[in-house]
Amino acid sequence: MVIAESKPVSEILEMIKGYKKVLVVGCKGCVTVCNAGGQKEVEILSSELRIARQVSGNEVEIKEYTCERQCDPEYIEPLDELVKDVDAVVSIACSVGPQYIVARYPYLPVYPGLNTVSIGGALEHGVWREFCQACGNCAIHLFGGLCPIARCAKQLLNGPCGGSSGGKCEVGKGQIDCVWHLIYERLKNLNQLHIMEELRLYKDWSTSRDGGPRTTIREELRK
Amino acid sequence: MTMTAGSNLEKVLRSGQKAVTCECGPPRGADVEHFRHKATFLKECADAVNVTDNQTAVVRFCSMAACRILLDMGIEPVMQMVTRDMNRIALQSNVLGAAVLGIKNLLCLTGDHSSFGDHPQSKNVHDLDSIQLLNTVRMMRDEGKMISGTEVQGRPAMFIGAAANPFADPFEFRVVRLAKKIKAGAQFIQTQCIYDMERFQKFMEMANDMGLTEKCYIMAGITPLKSVGMANYMKKFVPGLLVPDEYITRLKGVPKDKVAAEGMKIAVEQIQQCLEMKGVAGIHLMAIEWEDHAPEILKSAGVLPRPKV
Ligand code: SF4
Ligand code: SF4
Repeated sequence: MVIAESKPVSEILEMIKGYKKVLVVGCKGCVTVCNAGGQKEVEILSSELRIARQVSGNEVEIKEYTCERQCDPEYIEPLDELVKDVDAVVSIACSVGPQYIVARYPYLPVYPGLNTVSIGGALEHGVWREFCQACGNCAIHLFGGLCPIARCAKQLLNGPCGGSSGGKCEVGKGQIDCVWHLIYERLKNLNQLHIMEELRLYKDWSTSRDGGPRTTIREELRK
Repeated sequence: MTMTAGSNLEKVLRSGQKAVTCECGPPRGADVEHFRHKATFLKECADAVNVTDNQTAVVRFCSMAACRILLDMGIEPVMQMVTRDMNRIALQSNVLGAAVLGIKNLLCLTGDHSSFGDHPQSKNVHDLDSIQLLNTVRMMRDEGKMISGTEVQGRPAMFIGAAANPFADPFEFRVVRLAKKIKAGAQFIQTQCIYDMERFQKFMEMANDMGLTEKCYIMAGITPLKSVGMANYMKKFVPGLLVPDEYITRLKGVPKDKVAAEGMKIAVEQIQQCLEMKGVAGIHLMAIEWEDHAPEILKSAGVLPRPKV
């Protein structure tokens, strides 16, 4: 899923400092699961903003709403009524959501309340890790089912580098596993260490962002 | 192994004599005199001098320009190239550019991660890794082709090198990765600085057993310890680097004004020990900001004067 985290409230306050009526919009998708932008977080952020503005003597009226999914025009529609009466929107969906709101309301200022961080998952409660970089041509089967593009700091296809020490990556102050060490251990378990001996040649990055923004088309689904 | 680039380094290694390379890093600015000054000390004591490419991800004047300066001084350069900062377009372009400037030795590296350097906010490239760069240079030289398959008009004559770190993990895989580098195109290897002699010995035994020392020249990397502080720093902060307590104890055991001499003595012993190991083809001396001490270290180690080939 998409992993996101809240921007500091001070940053959001700065964004909306000129507005008197603001709509905070969350999403019931990924950001609810990673505790960053669901209904609960909408409530918390809204009250933080209200209180901070009240304290500073510049009160703000905050409306709250949480979409079923903010990355779907159909679920943006219910905002039509709500936005009539606000000066700006703060979206706490992943960064796809606010762009859907922008698309629907060309004259309404929209601000991101979250930082979208990665495609990943939880390691434990409160800890999330990146697992995929959406390179557009998945090749993890060549690496024991683990992704060196997202998980190796140098995106090596022929790792581990000389900085791999005790199973940890040289980057990340010993907090991040060296994925190439994991790949090595995994291939050892599978009795496939010979795969590590093969030269992995050039990756075609054109399916990644390097080929330009990507559009996925499924002709059979188009109307 | 037939001659490929005909560089001085290649000739010395092929002649079966132990080779010596030194390292000279460009400064963090356009202070060319400082660079020339450092290089002067290395002129008579190395078969070729490595020029680092923004080492530790810190901006310095570029490796290719520095190599040109060495050539003008009559010093043969080994141009280091990292894949961190350039994509395959720029890398291939620089390989060709280096060749037309008369650079004949190229060391292919991935490079330290940008988070360690002076611009941690930069975007790192990593389009290729070191092994893919090795393969690219070999392909351009031997097959006359670029990665795209486009024909190279005028093949770059390069003696191709790579690095190896015998001290990283998993240890058993280090020689396998070395074999991959050789398969990709590496003709000579300069190792990460060695302090743990036992582990290096083991690494060399494994390389010998796999027949790798027949296929490529392994040069042992030595960095003299200038002070106790440096030794502790290396031990603690350089990833994958092991400095045995024995050396630190030795440095601590001499009066302050004798520490540098002790550090040089350790380096000399290490050079001699490495050269005695089967399969070691030479020494790569990285006397960082201690270039002026390189001649004395190499002289005491008995590897001067350098042969004329
Ligand atoms: S190989 Fe590409 S698609 Fe597959 S996990 Fe890695 S980045 Fe994602
Ligand atoms: S230590 Fe491992 S994960 Fe980190 S850059 Fe090197 S190979 Fe990649």
